[in-house]
Amino acid sequence: MRHLLLIAMPLFALLLGAAAPAMEDSEKEIERYRAMIDDPMANPGYLAVDRGEQIWSLSRGTKSATLEACDLGQGPGVLDGAYARMPRYFADADQVMDLEQRLAYCMRSLQGLDLKDIVARRFGSPGKTSDMEDLVAFISNKSQGHKLAAPLAHPKEREMYAIGEAMFYRRSAINDFACATCHGEDGRRIRLQALPNLTRPSLQVQQVMGTWPAYRVSQSQTRTMQHRLWDCYRQMRMPPPDYLSEGLTALSVFLAHNGEGATINAPSIKR
Amino acid sequence: MIFLAALLAAPIASAQTISPADPATASPARVDAAIAATFAGAAVAWMPRVTQDETQRLCSLRRNEPTQAEADSIVARESATLVMPAETTVLGNWRNGEKIAQNGQGGQFSDAPGTVSGGNCYACHQMAPAEISYGTLGPTLAGYGRLHDFKPEAARAAYAKVYNPQSAFACSSMPRFGHNKILTEQQIKDIVAYLFAPDSPVNAP
Ligand code: HEC
Repeated sequence: MRHLLLIAMPLFALLLGAAAPAMEDSEKEIERYRAMIDDPMANPGYLAVDRGEQIWSLSRGTKSATLEACDLGQGPGVLDGAYARMPRYFADADQVMDLEQRLAYCMRSLQGLDLKDIVARRFGSPGKTSDMEDLVAFISNKSQGHKLAAPLAHPKEREMYAIGEAMFYRRSAINDFACATCHGEDGRRIRLQALPNLTRPSLQVQQVMGTWPAYRVSQSQTRTMQHRLWDCYRQMRMPPPDYLSEGLTALSVFLAHNGEGATINAPSIKR
Repeated sequence: MIFLAALLAAPIASAQTISPADPATASPARVDAAIAATFAGAAVAWMPRVTQDETQRLCSLRRNEPTQAEADSIVARESATLVMPAETTVLGNWRNGEKIAQNGQGGQFSDAPGTVSGGNCYACHQMAPAEISYGTLGPTLAGYGRLHDFKPEAARAAYAKVYNPQSAFACSSMPRFGHNKILTEQQIKDIVAYLFAPDSPVNAP
């Protein structure tokens, strides 16, 4: 484990050093180092993968059970390619769920686990890891190389797509922002930060959706889409959206379909 | 849309058979319910940000392309909110205006209580040609005052536009800074000075 960090640290020093002057240059630098850092031996996101693997087979809760029988859509305990086919409808819960919602469901039903602590640690911070971020890193990594193909056949999946699309264009709060305000056109920037156009299927959206969860260099944490959307709602001057809430899954369904066909590379590494 | 149409046209070989013609729809009430569920944990003081006013509702529904009649109604409603400074000059201090244009703080749930909001103009607009860190969500404002011959009427129009851009242009992407009390009258005057003062870096060649 430690050798991994030793390799990673000098690279991050370089990467962060490069982020200071003109962004165009730093983007190139980041591209260059990203190629190296995508190496599993050097991406700290893989520490989360290792932790997630432990948590997956950890007995806990009132039922002293592991998560190993959790059905992520491909059958109990089947991890290969499961993340690439989410969010999806689950008949047992009669609900469309993203991976984190599904894990919470399994923690409750299979393990009898009190989710209070899990939710309190939903976003990791220095010295405090997140079981959810670790599990998502581990499980998404089991879809490495798979094509993103979240199903859109069930009426509830279609309804969630429609809700997600409406939410994407919904303007609100003191700045009147919608997701589309920042992610509605090609080639736009906020300050020097490039903004992907997320409105319709494109290679651009594939590149976005195939690379979450991601180790975020600026935060030194492995983050999931739940956190990314929470952060965008912060920029929209909205209140924090509830963790595992319906709207975040709806947005994820909308985005997943615009990124359909993406090759999963997770956890990746991002600014 | 094309994507969805193609998808809907394709036969669905799934156990959960649904009509291929079944569109992906959600009623406005269903969307509102999802929004309510998503922000159920928000503090009461923040709830007004979750609900929409009529302008936000209409612009969302039309994806910022209202009909002419709707656009007229929006411009009329938003114009009625304008509060112009009493004195004839709307030019404050451009040096303060520059700080406000650079300042992206305020209004976020991560901000400390009492944080003074900036205008964050540079997030979306080019302004002083010497500043290279600017966004491209809005048009360039480089040389703005010079290009308007430093005319007082143009400065007043700029004040109105910052106060409430939808008083001039329905469904503008720009925040209604004065109307929504993001910026004070003095802050807006300072920003207008940043645009219109002949010695402001915005008007440097
Ligand atoms: C005020 C502008 C703004 C708004 C509004 C906004 N975002 Fe973002 N978004 C950003 C920025 C800035 C980034 C980071 C881009 C980067 O790191 O290069 C980002 C990143 C993202 C990403 C990840 C992109 C990647 O490269 O991996 C997704 C997905 C996303 N936003 C979705 C949304 C959704 C959905 C909404 C509406 C709920 C939204 N955003 C609203 C500014 C915004």
